[in-house]
Amino acid sequence: MMFGTKTSPYMHAPQSVGQVMAQVIYALVPGTLVLLWFFGWGVVTNLLLGLGFALGLEALMLKLRQRPLIPFLTDYSALVTGWLLAVALPPYAPWWLLLIAMVFAIVIAKHLYGGLGYNPFNPAMVGYAAVLVSFPIEMTSWPTPELTSIGNISLSETLQQVFLGGISTWDGLTQATPLDTIKTHLRLGETVEQIRQGQAFGWIAGQGWEWVSLAWLAGGLWLIYRKIISWHIPVALIAALAGMSMMFWLINPHSYSSPLFHLVSGATILGAFFIATDPVSASTTPLGKLLYAGGIGCFTYIIRVWGNYPDAIAFAVLIMNMAVPLLDTYTQPRVYGTKGRFGL
Amino acid sequence: MFNLRKFWQSSSGLHLKDYHKEQSTQQPVRKLTAANASELVIPLQQHSGHKPKIIVKAGDFVYKGQCLAEAEGVISVPVHASTSGRIQAIEERPIAHPSGLTDLCVILIPDGQDNWGDQRLVPIKNYAEASATVLRERVSQAGIVGLGGAVFPSAIKLNVPESVQLTTLVINGAECEPYITCDDLLMREQASEIITGCLIMLRALHEHAPSQGLECLIGIEDNKPQAIQAMQVAAEHTKDTRIKIVPVPTQYPTGGERQLIHILTGREVPSGRRPTDIGVLCHNVATARAIYQAVVLGQPLISRYVTVTGKGVVQPQNFDVPIGLSMHTLIQAAGGYTSKAKRLIMGGSMMGVALPTDQIPVVKATNCLWVSEQATEAITLPCIRCGQCAEACPVNLLPQQLYWHARARNLEKVEQHHIFDCIECGCCAYVCPSHIPLVDYYRYAKADIYAQREAREKADLARERHDFHQERLERAKREKAEKLAKHKEVAQTKTSQDDKQAAIQAALERAKAKKAQQAAPAPSATAAEDKPA
Repeated sequence: MMFGTKTSPYMHAPQSVGQVMAQVIYALVPGTLVLLWFFGWGVVTNLLLGLGFALGLEALMLKLRQRPLIPFLTDYSALVTGWLLAVALPPYAPWWLLLIAMVFAIVIAKHLYGGLGYNPFNPAMVGYAAVLVSFPIEMTSWPTPELTSIGNISLSETLQQVFLGGISTWDGLTQATPLDTIKTHLRLGETVEQIRQGQAFGWIAGQGWEWVSLAWLAGGLWLIYRKIISWHIPVALIAALAGMSMMFWLINPHSYSSPLFHLVSGATILGAFFIATDPVSASTTPLGKLLYAGGIGCFTYIIRVWGNYPDAIAFAVLIMNMAVPLLDTYTQPRVYGTKGRFGL
Repeated sequence: MFNLRKFWQSSSGLHLKDYHKEQSTQQPVRKLTAANASELVIPLQQHSGHKPKIIVKAGDFVYKGQCLAEAEGVISVPVHASTSGRIQAIEERPIAHPSGLTDLCVILIPDGQDNWGDQRLVPIKNYAEASATVLRERVSQAGIVGLGGAVFPSAIKLNVPESVQLTTLVINGAECEPYITCDDLLMREQASEIITGCLIMLRALHEHAPSQGLECLIGIEDNKPQAIQAMQVAAEHTKDTRIKIVPVPTQYPTGGERQLIHILTGREVPSGRRPTDIGVLCHNVATARAIYQAVVLGQPLISRYVTVTGKGVVQPQNFDVPIGLSMHTLIQAAGGYTSKAKRLIMGGSMMGVALPTDQIPVVKATNCLWVSEQATEAITLPCIRCGQCAEACPVNLLPQQLYWHARARNLEKVEQHHIFDCIECGCCAYVCPSHIPLVDYYRYAKADIYAQREAREKADLARERHDFHQERLERAKREKAEKLAKHKEVAQTKTSQDDKQAAIQAALERAKAKKAQQAAPAPSATAAEDKPA
């Protein structure tokens, strides 16, 4: 009897890249449902278009690069990228905005760099940053939760808005995001307290945003529990952002928003648990992760407060992506039986 | 003392849901006799080190336990006949290697008598008073090697350098690898023999012990409650307080020498050094029992416990197997193959060696035969840098970075990432969601670095030789030139001296002539001739 030979180990954990990515998608579901509640059909169109474009472009690029389709489409990494971008862009985004964002994400940031595992920059954030700098008006007009929440805008109006260049009443249905409002009005000389009297604000940040952030948080905690992500990146990101905002808020609460406002506004929680944790473009060592995410937290605050863009997670992530090779090189953990970095 | 002792648990490694150990622990160990076997194939090289020198020839009759080949060189042990019979041949036969490699083996046809003759070694009953040298000599004579898998000659390990002060003798009964249960069964059934083996080792090391005596820690994973119980009873029976049974958490690879030392003592063996450098020595439980047999019973190492397990065999269980018995015979003793048998692995599922055929003899290193069913081969995807490998690595390496640099053949970086601290336990490859055969990359990179080092050494030697040759040629040239210059100088000095002398002579003569002239005018021709040339 002859047997096949192979090298050890001969056992494998019942785990695959597809399963890892699928769990990330499951964790995105609660937050997406809350978005749907507050913003209505526009979330669905974003999601369907985003996922469709992501899968189509992924398949196209795999074909062009002569890679097998099935194993790479079933790793679900393109779906995660598509999903993240779809929930990061304003609901009711026109179809071409989603397409351009996906081209930058899947074609340029991912496949031109070598596909899964080889992209130095977070694909979803490359796509987001590209459309943010190119189409600032579309990107900053978020629907008003009260007016667009589920049932308020019909499906046909939604389709008209997304595919046929918009509905006439659209301008009345949108408003600047709380982060944007704070920034513009601070420059007009108002205080934070005055600005917060405005209609866009809920009990902490924007109306509805508290609930969206809580739902992202729930999904993110589940990912940590499932050991899909480690605690390092979310904790360091949130701690750095909270620390920065706390410092300035304590100095002058009239001109700077509270730490809590920063934590539940914009894409902070989504970024901390789902975007900065993208393993391919993040640092992989424990200390490296802390520094990487700490950097994102600091840059987010700096760009939000002193930069020209309303939200900053995307730029902060891209900046820190560049530092990853350096971080990985200099943050090797202490190996068994060797002296550590400081001879300890 | 049960569970009271502190241990240093590490968060890395694997916590498996199923270690697949129950299937082979349901029955007591069955002793197989070599007497009925059609032939025994006893490889000469069953240990790491030098091959022993053969001292029998084809046609010789040998008794059970008779020495077939004696140790040659420093790191070597003899091999012995596992039963009595006639030597049919001494020839190359396939050995336990994935490539089907052959090596020199003694082919023994048993006579069915299993006759020791006078070949038993003289038992050393009073081992507690025996000298360390005598005990080490016996361990070496009996052909005992580390039975945990490394098969390094035990006597050499026991020969601790004089300057070394030991604190702890660690006895490894962890048996952390899935499927393997031979040490578990050995501890259940032969606990007192193991404990006596430990006492013998403590005696052999007594010169290196501190004043309060050497501590002997026997580490056993807590998924073997029966073994722990049996060992506890046997240890208490000796009333020797130095011996302590320490249940350790079940977590692969706890049984790695360095890992177990850390768990039991909290100390790490420095990279590239040996456990004795931190005052610890580590031996396997099966080695301890073999030492007992050699010292107290006078039996050389001619049999061992082997687990036969997996979905590919009908009746998984443990056997006491004579060395040299064909694996085929052993599998038959376990009821033969099932229809699921697809792969034959010597060792466990994490670090074992896949064998192409079962026509291979059981050797001292054979702890387990695992006949596995066909595993579904998943396609390898690119690394997504998820870092699960780094979390699993018991040595705290960064497997994802090692993989990256090994793939790029950036060997300098690979070494900077401590590749030589990798123990090839396979945890990283086990957890990898991309199903990358990471350990293969590390083996490859290690081999590449060794090859490069060797090539560099050769190149250095060649360059040294060339430089020396060049230097010699130049020296010869230089010496020749120097010689020539000296000659020339000598020649030149000579001529110039001649000139001077000639000048002096001429001057003297001129003076003489002048005197003569003043005395009496001489013909002018003479004066003209006297002028220097």
